[in-house]
Amino acid sequence: MEHYTSIIIFSVLSLLMIAAAIAAVTSSKIMRATTYLLFVLFGTAGLYFSMFYTFLGATQITVYAGGIVVLFVFVILLIGKGSIDVTHTSKLRYMAGVLASMSGLAITLYIIKTTHFIADKLDPNGVSMRTLGKTIMGTDKYNFVLTFEVLSILLLACMVGAILIARKK
Amino acid sequence: MFDFTTITTAIDQFLRSMMPAQFAIIVECILVAACALLAYVMFAIVMIFMERKVCAAFQCRLGPMRVGPWGLLQVFADVFKMLIKEIISINRSDSFLYRLAPYLVVMSSVLTFCCLPFAKGLQVLDFNMGVFFLMATSSFGVLGILLAGWSSNNKFSMIGAMRSGAQMISYELSIGLCMLTVVTLSGTMQISELVEQQHDAWFIFKGHLPAMLAFVIYLIAGNAETNRAPFDLPEAESELTAGFHTEYSGMHFGFFYVAEFMNLFIVAAIASTLFLGGWMPLHISGFDTFNMVMDYIPGIVWFLGKTFFIIWVLMWFRWTFPRLRIDQVPTLEWKYLVPIGLVNLLIMTVCVVMGWTF
Repeated sequence: MEHYTSIIIFSVLSLLMIAAAIAAVTSSKIMRATTYLLFVLFGTAGLYFSMFYTFLGATQITVYAGGIVVLFVFVILLIGKGSIDVTHTSKLRYMAGVLASMSGLAITLYIIKTTHFIADKLDPNGVSMRTLGKTIMGTDKYNFVLTFEVLSILLLACMVGAILIARKK
Repeated sequence: MFDFTTITTAIDQFLRSMMPAQFAIIVECILVAACALLAYVMFAIVMIFMERKVCAAFQCRLGPMRVGPWGLLQVFADVFKMLIKEIISINRSDSFLYRLAPYLVVMSSVLTFCCLPFAKGLQVLDFNMGVFFLMATSSFGVLGILLAGWSSNNKFSMIGAMRSGAQMISYELSIGLCMLTVVTLSGTMQISELVEQQHDAWFIFKGHLPAMLAFVIYLIAGNAETNRAPFDLPEAESELTAGFHTEYSGMHFGFFYVAEFMNLFIVAAIASTLFLGGWMPLHISGFDTFNMVMDYIPGIVWFLGKTFFIIWVLMWFRWTFPRLRIDQVPTLEWKYLVPIGLVNLLIMTVCVVMGWTF
């Protein structure tokens, strides 16, 4: 019975995501496309929460919904009037897009089919904050302190670059 | 202390005895959602009435007095007025985004509201990332404001939305740093555990100097986050008529209005949870009789008492300080609050590592 409930939740979320994703790429108004993208990201966060992966779900909402999409909206507002109509310029480009998305689908399906998944859901209590912190900042095997530091330097460089560009002469 | 889980477990047992477990969970979800929304609206009504009375007191007036005794029914009359007003659609605007925007703002606010611990066991969402989830859900409300400003097809709305976006995103940083200071002190992010840890002393006393500094920064940044005076530039009426919600009417405007008041409530409630112990009574370790007397006051009274005290302080800010200039808003955040917050976090870490906390 519990199995069916999780299947129902999964189907509702994934149907919402697929519908929003299709709407995002077919919408001709860029602002609407961004909003549909937001729904896809919310759906992804919902999937993480249904797998009890609360940290990733909360990160998904903070980084993507609260950060990236807001950034997109800001950029759209700053560069244009927000109502740039996206029109398909040529048939060739359209076909290339279809081909690219189809091959992406094929690769994903192949990986899902060939991968052996260890568990379908995590412990309901979630991963403890202490474990996560130690894994991100640890120096042992399978710990990510180097990745973390490299990303920090990358972000710092981006910020310095942005300030340099925006600064008055 | 009275534990609310006894009531919730009893309801759960009752529902499970009547129907299969899965349906019971669905019914419980609906019940919880209905109760949360009802509480949300009731608190909003209380807050609107309080704002009017506090404002009147600071301006040596009486405030609403005509509708009902002491004007108690004034807010209900206003809500009824707003419900029967026409919702106007705007020419040459994106009507889908125009209609969606208020719901995004309210959704973010309701989700954050659900994380609040009202009393022992009386909390809707509580998991090990509590504080982080709280920040996540409150961070996408700004998107609704941006969309509202853009889809209104009005230059004043657009300017208001841009100001609001810039302001809310930057002040979120200070809020995050203040929360991190408390998380450093407690070593947990689960909200129920944060409250539980304050059973011998509230965090503002445990963390002494850095905690008090974080509390003050949190109040300033929280005030800016709710777009209220002295940070009400997004809707500065003398410059932008009403900012991002100029074009909204009827209940769509009502949603923005309610969300703004409830964000104030949420900011105050988080401040009371993180610094003043939430529903935890005032305990002084060693004074057992005093602690026992304090335990007789229910947790929800403590929580609402502290929260409404902070709300009153924030309203005092609002009706006392003049509005900041637009260039002073980012200056205050980026040149003062963020550096102080970062140094404060460092001081708190040193205090925790050296064991200089109570």
